[in-house]
Amino acid sequence: MTPASAPRRVWIAAALVALALAALPFALSYAGTAWVRIANFAVLYVLLALGLNIVVGFAGLLDLGYIAFYAVGAYAYALLASPHFGLHLPFWIILPIGAAVAALFGVLLGAPTLKLRGDYLAIVTLGFGEIVRICLNNLSQPVNITRGPQGIAQIDPFRAGGFDFSATDRVLGVEITGPMKYYWLLVAVAAVIIVVNIRLQNSRIGRAWEAVREDEIAARAMGIDTTAVKLLAFAMGASFGGVAGGMFAAIQGFISPESFVLVESVLIVSMVVLGGMGNIWGVILGAVLLSFVPEVLRYTVTPLQHALFGKIVVEPEVIRMLIFGLALVLVMLYRPAGLLPSAVRKRELAEEPK
Amino acid sequence: MDIFLQQLVNGLTLGAVYAVVALGYTMVYGIIQLINFAHGEVVMIGAMVAFTVINLLAAAGLPPVAVVLIGTACAVPVCMLVGYGMERFAYRPLRRAPRLAPLITAIGVSIILQHLALLVWSRNVMAFPQIIPLTTFSFAGATITGVQIAILCLCFAIMAGLALLVYHTRLGTAMRATAQNQQVARLMGVDVNRVIAATFVIGAALAAVAGVMVGTYYGIAQYTMGSVLGLKAFAAAVLGGIGNIPGAMVGGLVLGVVEAMGAGYIGDLTDLCRYGLGPAEACADGGHFILFGSNYQDVFAFVVLILVLVFRPSGLLGERVGDRA
Repeated sequence: MTPASAPRRVWIAAALVALALAALPFALSYAGTAWVRIANFAVLYVLLALGLNIVVGFAGLLDLGYIAFYAVGAYAYALLASPHFGLHLPFWIILPIGAAVAALFGVLLGAPTLKLRGDYLAIVTLGFGEIVRICLNNLSQPVNITRGPQGIAQIDPFRAGGFDFSATDRVLGVEITGPMKYYWLLVAVAAVIIVVNIRLQNSRIGRAWEAVREDEIAARAMGIDTTAVKLLAFAMGASFGGVAGGMFAAIQGFISPESFVLVESVLIVSMVVLGGMGNIWGVILGAVLLSFVPEVLRYTVTPLQHALFGKIVVEPEVIRMLIFGLALVLVMLYRPAGLLPSAVRKRELAEEPK
Repeated sequence: MDIFLQQLVNGLTLGAVYAVVALGYTMVYGIIQLINFAHGEVVMIGAMVAFTVINLLAAAGLPPVAVVLIGTACAVPVCMLVGYGMERFAYRPLRRAPRLAPLITAIGVSIILQHLALLVWSRNVMAFPQIIPLTTFSFAGATITGVQIAILCLCFAIMAGLALLVYHTRLGTAMRATAQNQQVARLMGVDVNRVIAATFVIGAALAAVAGVMVGTYYGIAQYTMGSVLGLKAFAAAVLGGIGNIPGAMVGGLVLGVVEAMGAGYIGDLTDLCRYGLGPAEACADGGHFILFGSNYQDVFAFVVLILVLVFRPSGLLGERVGDRA
């Protein structure tokens, strides 16, 4: 289904969703600016999950080090727009650079390793993610490049002309905060990436990815250059991660290697699989759920304990993570193909097991 | 030379522990093709249970070896129960699900175990009581401690015992049959569910012993200790060829030695002053300009892993299996 042939209903629905998404930060800011920030992170995770979905969901390559590309994008932005090197390039120049560098890293990782089979590839990507993190942590000596564990601070926000994304403006008496502006930008970027994903899925490349995922030998027999196709998936997924990383650096204003640990990679894989890998809407749902649920728990667990016991019996963080872990297990037990499985997965599960 | 020998001893000790943990990964993988991400947490739980018991008994005046043995004896059944529980409730229902589903439940189980441990034992680092006198033996310029000797002997005994179990008992035969073809194994009268559960339980018991060993070696245990150890052991299992039992043993030892050698030599080898390339002011008076110090130890392990896999895509001892059509 291409946008050109979409019936009018789809357009109306899309317009309504767009309106709701545009109005969301006003509703959230009633609950506090913290929630707008949480929404921003949710959209960032949507970007990351969509990027990883290309690699895992479309091409069927398990990548456990995806956060490395996010880190590369974030550090590319931070080094080119902070007082650390005294460089202050504008964001529309850095974001493409970040995407390109991340894609280059994707190719660097992919070129020698893509002939590995499933789980071997998983550990290699995992190792790659750790290598990137440890390097970021230690590249402060003998020449100080990344400032090591201290991280890079005072990163420039997005600025275009006189418009500063981090400042608070008043438009028609309505207060527009920095996080709200970033939110709209993020949603716009996410919308573009969603469209790119939908178009990709039904393109020649998308179908080549699906063929490689289902049966590599058959795909090769049909004339698909499997290595090139897989490399492309890696590079494209990585470049999405790079863009998300650059935006993360600008929004936070501070990055350190601690934001790019293995657990984050695992979290993004969970989003993709939990939502339903291969299905764009499922992946988005997974990303939004897994970024909001822990936050909602953060804000409900403490008051609930006060109400029940009159004091804090168990550390909120512990309960939060226990529920999170349990949710991962339960969702997978009852919906093994994810919350919104892709059509192919549904078909596979319906078949008699071999 | 003395550094070389010393690092070899340290590397072998740590590598032997990696190997024992890697066996747990590789047995489970061999039989149901699942990366049991929660295996590292089982190691952690083993260490924590043992440390609790050892700390309780430390003042009782028993001989230290007996105290450690009792601690281990308590840790092993607890871990076996954890191993059985996770197989029964988190993995068995998913045996026919898409491949990544059990991976996600494994991640969930790992999060649950880690935070249950946090709940029970708090964030504090548990210290090993000073009950084992530090005995050292020197040879050829290197020193080896009594604990290291004990760990090495125990690890090799475990590996030998496991090899015996897998290759010379009925259960072992059933395990290998199940790994080759579950359907046919079932037709031959193998209780596949029981065999898979047994695999998990044996792996968990090994993990418990490994936890006690690594805790005793470093003298501390904490609820986060499982993840890095699990990662290294997983890397070791893949290095040797995942699903391959001798491979896990070789992979563990190789990874341990490589890591120790890396930590011992990488700083010297990347000191630009040695090659006359470093900036003059840094190299004056025998100064150093070290590109990669020993804090890159973990990178070293992973780089070797990646290089080995690039040239031998199914690991050191893994069989070259053709792609299944």
